Amino acid sequence: MMELLTYPFMQRALLVGVLISICAALLGVVLVLRRNSMIGDGLSHTAFSAFALAIVFGFAPLWFALPVVIVASFFVLRLSQNRRIHGDAAIAVLSASSLAIGTFAISISKGVNIDLNSYLFGSILSVTWLDLVFCIILTTVVVLLYLFTYHRIFAITFDEDFAKSIGIRTGIYDAIFAIICSVVIVLGMRLLGSLLISSLIIFPTLTAMRLKRSFRGIVLVSVLISALAFIVGLVLSYLFATPTGATVVIVNLFIFIITTLIRKIVE
Amino acid sequence: MALLCLNKITLSYEDNVVIKDASFSLDGGDFACVVGANGSGKSTLVKAILGLIKPAAGTIEYGDGLEQSKIGYLPQETRPDNNFPATVEEIVLTGCLGHMKMHPFYCRSERKHVKKSLRTLGIESLAKKSFMDLSGGQKQKVLLARSLSATEKLLILDEPSNNLDHDSRKKFYQTLIKLNQSGLTIIMITHDLDADDLIGNKIISINEGVVKITTTKEFLRGLGR
Repeated sequence: MMELLTYPFMQRALLVGVLISICAALLGVVLVLRRNSMIGDGLSHTAFSAFALAIVFGFAPLWFALPVVIVASFFVLRLSQNRRIHGDAAIAVLSASSLAIGTFAISISKGVNIDLNSYLFGSILSVTWLDLVFCIILTTVVVLLYLFTYHRIFAITFDEDFAKSIGIRTGIYDAIFAIICSVVIVLGMRLLGSLLISSLIIFPTLTAMRLKRSFRGIVLVSVLISALAFIVGLVLSYLFATPTGATVVIVNLFIFIITTLIRKIVE
Repeated sequence: MALLCLNKITLSYEDNVVIKDASFSLDGGDFACVVGANGSGKSTLVKAILGLIKPAAGTIEYGDGLEQSKIGYLPQETRPDNNFPATVEEIVLTGCLGHMKMHPFYCRSERKHVKKSLRTLGIESLAKKSFMDLSGGQKQKVLLARSLSATEKLLILDEPSNNLDHDSRKKFYQTLIKLNQSGLTIIMITHDLDADDLIGNKIISINEGVVKITTTKEFLRGLGR
């Protein structure tokens, strides 16, 4: 089994995967507890359509997708706060429209060869050294931002009205959070693809919520579970020659079911 | 100078004027109950005092060293998620964030302050417990402790007795009276007009956008009690 670490592409996949898993878990705790779990799904589909349009029109995919997803994330987070509009409906509209635009753009473009599968289901084994450097920088920024805003993010997540009343500028923290979400999702698509990336955000938090009853405990356990599930998923996908993204999601699902059963037995 | 002074305040919500030309002041140590029908603008008024809504006209002045970000606020019971996974200590500590400016981490002084708030309300033993495991009355006390961590001068409560049974409500009011006797100024929105619920020395009544302030005795006399 150790031979898998001798391949440079596996080394890169492991490092990038663990780093993105950590970022996704940190985001997931806040998104799940704010009942915005499906935002990851909506934004990943937006990223898919942005990637498709960028390739069709000859733009650099990453640099085109990032601002598009950031704008979309502001839009969705604003809508989810508006009590007149149902946030889940807005996300569903965004997801379906984005997927349709992306697929439509690819189908009408002639002479452009796009591997649709890699955007829908990820291509973790094809990450480059540049991707790895970018991921290390991103993870450092996300972890530091999270650490320095942790108590305020917790206060906003628990009770936004109270947070505002003590002078926390919730709009600024929402904006920072929307940007982090967008960057993590755009980069995470290389791991699991647009169809599965939201599972990396949701599953570790749901599992951690079955094991811990404090916010700090849930943050720490979800990060650990997320990284562990990725490593196990990657190893299993290597051993059984299965798709990495799907294997990682199945490992996450398995851990979630086991912890749910354990909690039921303990209770 | 009064602790809080509202001068000809007009508040509107989505182009509808909710409160017109309201003027009143509260001194340190006052306990004012805000009464009015549903939708009369009680929550809008306290949100303006908290700085969450900007007045369309008029000014709000804070005296005796009170700052807007150092007002303790207890939102309606239904606002925070009852099953939120967090310890009592984690929640009560957030009350200190208004004092910390941009400092990212809690220091020993904030932890001491939280201990004091929990001790004042007799819930020190709950510090490490999870919020979701507490009873309705205990949860309300935890949120009150959070508000106490945010202020030393003015506490604003938005219908705090909602969802509390009769005994819990009585105990909760006793706690508020004790806090008020220790020098804390309190503004409490209350839905009921029972004499038991009008526990303060002043009543701020809102009727069709007009705000009046009277003593509780005068108000009850006006109701024929």
